[in-house]
Amino acid sequence: QQIQEDLNKQLLDNLVSFMSRTYSDFQEKTTEWTCRMKFREIPTAALVLGVNVTDHDLTFRGLSDVLQDNITPYVALLEAKDCPGIKNLMQKLMGQLMNCDIDVDSLEDEDCVQVSQNKIRCSMPSLISWYESVTKKTDSETPSKKRNSSSKHWQSPPVVVIFKDMESFSTKVLQDFIVISSQHIHELPLVLIFGIATSPMIIHRLLPHSVSSLLCIELFQSLSCKEHLSTIIDKLLLTSQFPFKLGAKVLQVLFNIFLYHDFSVQNFIKGFQLCVVEHFYSQPLSVLCCHLGDTKKRVYSLSHDQCENIRRLPSFRRYVEKQESGKQVALLTNDSFLKEETEKLLEDLHVYHENYVSILRCLHVFTSSLPKYPLGKQIRELHCACLENQVWETEEYESSLQLARMLNKTDLVTMLQQCVEILMLSSGKEFDKTVEKLKEFLTQFQNLEAEASQERDVSVSSQKELQKKTDLYHLQKTLLELKESRRSKKLTKFEMLRFDVVDYIDKLVRKYLVPADHRTLHEIVYFNAASVLRGHLNAAPRTALHTALNNPHWYLKNQALKCDGGGISNKAPDICIVYKLHLECGRLINLVDWLEAFSTVVMAAEEPNADAASLDQVDDIIHARFIRAVSELELLGFIKPSKQKTDHVARLTWGGC
Amino acid sequence: MSRPEGTRSSRRSLHVKFVPDEDVLKHIADDAGTKARKDKAQLSVSVKRFVKKLENISDNEAQEVLEEKNYVAALGICAQDPVGNGSNISGGEVFSFQTPKRSNKMAELASELAQTPEQNVAPDHSKCPEKMAKTPQSSVSSNAWFVFFFLLFQNKKKEFVSTTPYRLRKRLAGPDPYLESESEYSASCSEEEDEEEQKEASTILSDQKTPAKTKAASTPLPRNSLAKKVKEQKMGNLVEEYFEAHSSSKVLTSDRTLQKLRKRRLNQQTLHDLLKNAPLAYAAEIRDLNQQHESLFSKWMLQLHLGFNIVLYGLGSKRDLLEKFRTSLLQDSVHLVVNGYFPSITVRSILNSITEEVLDHIGTFRSPLDQLEFITKRFKEDSSLELYVLIHNLDSQMLRGERSQQILAQLSSLPSIYLIASIDHINAPLMWDQAKLSLYNWLWYETTTFNPYVEETSYENSLLVQQSGSLALSSLTHVLHSLTLNARGIFRLLAQHQLEKKDNPSYPGLSFQDFYQQCREAFLVNSDLTLRAQLTEFRDHKLIRTKRAADGVEYLLIPVDDSTLTDFLEKEDEDV
Repeated sequence: QQIQEDLNKQLLDNLVSFMSRTYSDFQEKTTEWTCRMKFREIPTAALVLGVNVTDHDLTFRGLSDVLQDNITPYVALLEAKDCPGIKNLMQKLMGQLMNCDIDVDSLEDEDCVQVSQNKIRCSMPSLISWYESVTKKTDSETPSKKRNSSSKHWQSPPVVVIFKDMESFSTKVLQDFIVISSQHIHELPLVLIFGIATSPMIIHRLLPHSVSSLLCIELFQSLSCKEHLSTIIDKLLLTSQFPFKLGAKVLQVLFNIFLYHDFSVQNFIKGFQLCVVEHFYSQPLSVLCCHLGDTKKRVYSLSHDQCENIRRLPSFRRYVEKQESGKQVALLTNDSFLKEETEKLLEDLHVYHENYVSILRCLHVFTSSLPKYPLGKQIRELHCACLENQVWETEEYESSLQLARMLNKTDLVTMLQQCVEILMLSSGKEFDKTVEKLKEFLTQFQNLEAEASQERDVSVSSQKELQKKTDLYHLQKTLLELKESRRSKKLTKFEMLRFDVVDYIDKLVRKYLVPADHRTLHEIVYFNAASVLRGHLNAAPRTALHTALNNPHWYLKNQALKCDGGGISNKAPDICIVYKLHLECGRLINLVDWLEAFSTVVMAAEEPNADAASLDQVDDIIHARFIRAVSELELLGFIKPSKQKTDHVARLTWGGC
Repeated sequence: MSRPEGTRSSRRSLHVKFVPDEDVLKHIADDAGTKARKDKAQLSVSVKRFVKKLENISDNEAQEVLEEKNYVAALGICAQDPVGNGSNISGGEVFSFQTPKRSNKMAELASELAQTPEQNVAPDHSKCPEKMAKTPQSSVSSNAWFVFFFLLFQNKKKEFVSTTPYRLRKRLAGPDPYLESESEYSASCSEEEDEEEQKEASTILSDQKTPAKTKAASTPLPRNSLAKKVKEQKMGNLVEEYFEAHSSSKVLTSDRTLQKLRKRRLNQQTLHDLLKNAPLAYAAEIRDLNQQHESLFSKWMLQLHLGFNIVLYGLGSKRDLLEKFRTSLLQDSVHLVVNGYFPSITVRSILNSITEEVLDHIGTFRSPLDQLEFITKRFKEDSSLELYVLIHNLDSQMLRGERSQQILAQLSSLPSIYLIASIDHINAPLMWDQAKLSLYNWLWYETTTFNPYVEETSYENSLLVQQSGSLALSSLTHVLHSLTLNARGIFRLLAQHQLEKKDNPSYPGLSFQDFYQQCREAFLVNSDLTLRAQLTEFRDHKLIRTKRAADGVEYLLIPVDDSTLTDFLEKEDEDV
């Protein structure tokens, strides 16, 4: 539990730091450019953020924090839903600005501000007077304080107003606000920031020319959400620092939700958090999923039951079967021996992860630049492929190797250099040799280059010879010879070397990129229950309803309900029968017919034990059951009462569900 | 486009009034694909062009289909979850559109269902082909279809004289793409023919097939453009069928009304009693199901504490489940239960109960937004405050509005408010956009309980239940008897007028001016003002409703259904 909270925290920290990093450059620009404020024009920044609306909140929070720290204490965040009218907007604005003010100034004038806050008429003049008083105060007050603050803030810090979701503001409010504030721009240095989800054209569509000419707009493009995602993946999944890992299918589900549904990094993180929770909740051995330092302690505190759990893991069983018999017995009976072994295995796993990540990056360097990207452009695709099965057995891998054998030299050299860098950075100890080998390749390439230059000299000289002979016939002949010789000399040294390099990479891949399911004890750190995840994040309520209505046997395991194909037994729950019957109707349903049909079905299902007196009774009950089922369908939204004809209901769904 | 159509239909001597473009294209493609046409050489050029175009498109479309499939496969990558997750069937099965049925189909199906034997082993053969078409994806039924048409085709076309109305024919044309897609191998399975032949005689009389369809079935399609055609055809049909079903103002349903059924209407209480006496089917299985869900309680608790909120979906009332959750785990903590199905619940009342009962704040707020802000502040200040909110039916009429959902979402995003809610409506997820979803931070749980919605539906104004809230006959007479004779006369006038117009569904009511005129003629009132005073009295007793139309004219309406009104008038006549 502890670890998992740590993880979550770290995760968010990562994101926030990332956000602030992306926006720091905006700040610099903003500061420069607010200096050249023009006459009656409000400097405006339009931030194009993309469609992942849910992430914007975080972005803006980061942005306003940074702004507050670096440029101005006066930042107001406005959202469309708070501001249905210009009055509310001003209120909100004032409130936020005054609150900022309290934060910056000492508490002495808090009470006066608070008193005034309620009474103040929210208007531009009052805002201006407030602003003047505040700036004056900071000027006159304690010069010592001013010194350190002026290093951060300017003499007259601008008031920054951020409109979080520009598209959903009503145009009138925006126009009014802009026109009003443009008249006061001299007294009040105002900076607007628009958050835009679609395209910058929207500003001109929302605001008429007369208004937009009052703005001095500069456009900023935020990073695309895919890039956010890849940074997060880089930081979370492809490090050996986090002991917790995701299985291939889970990753696939998360990526699919991201790519096909919302593009929201926040949701991705939510999914990841859910995975963590699920894993720690469902896997009893997840205690062992911790940093390497703690492992030893935890392994030795395992109880007997937990040891048994370990023994039950399929991957551990496979491992045991491979050992010789004496060791097998020891592993299965002796707890302390098991613990030692477990610790060793966990360490192995850790080392495997370290190696895995760096080799994966190397491979990515190679494959990401190949034409058509047989193994995917992004490292996440490669990662998925490697996790899923043995990557070297796939066709894509074959073809990418083929393509890699056709790389030209400069590319190859730069790639090798990148690989060397990656491997140097990685903490794995086994890579010394690999690095050496790669370096050797590099030097060989350099040698080749030297040779090649000599060769070129030769060829140049031969060309000179050619130039001497102006005879056309001879020229042709020599050219043919040259061509032939080139063809016959199948493998140049360079090509040989290239083959060697590719083969070597292949060898590395085969050695280190073994899918995690093949490792012993992978269950401890890998989360693989993708269906659970999918059920919780990407649920399909309609499908569930449909199944329940069409095929009640799925849920109620009663033999009487079992039926095949599209049919339904007449013993099904009332609502299922009513639903089935209503599917047969068009847009309007006559209740009487429906009731009759229903009672026919139900009567047939029940035993014909009827004597006349009880028949009436039964009839009433059936009627009541019908009423209940129909009103349930109404609650579920399948039908609604209709006024078109007496005693009819209208069907609300079209087709199957 | 019209030219090939004309030639084709003349050749086959068909009586089709309208054929969608796709159909035409397809038929042309058929002919070009099977054999070179000996006649109409000049036509074949244009035909080929069509085909070429078609195939170009078809490649793209096939690609698309493939991608879609990939996507579906990727999402359903681990769909084989053995235990109780019903949401794993593929989308096509669920969302496949179906052909609308004739008005008497329901009765047919009912009798079939009634006839189905206990074990229900071989229902396919006892059902008529239309029934099979309902599951177009299953190959068995498609085979049957094909064989059926094949036979028809062989038996010369004379048997099916096209007496079917056009609408019906069009409807029947629905499932034929599936049929084509199966045609290749279904031709070989001849053992079904025997069975089908027996049925033939009976079915041929009951439902006539369009010749166009048999023709489509008999000409095999070129393989490569199959996928696209199936899709295109399907789309075309869907769109047409949809508009066909919805454009025609006339709906064919029987005219029977509940009134004619000698059954008395049940009121709420008797209904309740009756249902109580009726045994609940499959109680044991339902209990098992619920026990499964109950085992998740501690997990829910953990996840709520980690900042997720939980939403429950699935058929059946989830009220009992939530109640059980509440009594077993939330006894010692502060919690708020919101009965969303209650017709007068509002966001405001939810917020009020939070501020007044949880936060002990006395005082009112100007707007829900202010209130929300206050709550947010309080919860942020005091981190020890924790509140569990249970909402039954988050998707109910009163709470499904945009603004209420926004407020609830913001409320639920507070870290120390834990929300667990249930939804029932099929379109409930549509009320949340991305922003709200991220505020809610839902975890979805499927909890199909099959419990009857007892509480939830008790507030619904079902057509079949006698309304206790609205006017009943007795209350109508009671109120009127306390009025003056003139007033009764006025009401009678209005009622009679309304009954005369009862066949007009868009009857707005009697306009005030006309009513005044009539009342004057009957010597019931002498001035505008007296009538108005009288009407005010009616309105206070909820006997009438006034509505102002767009042109400012006031319309008067008695909000009672016609049958009650008739009864009332009859009774009045007896009295007088």
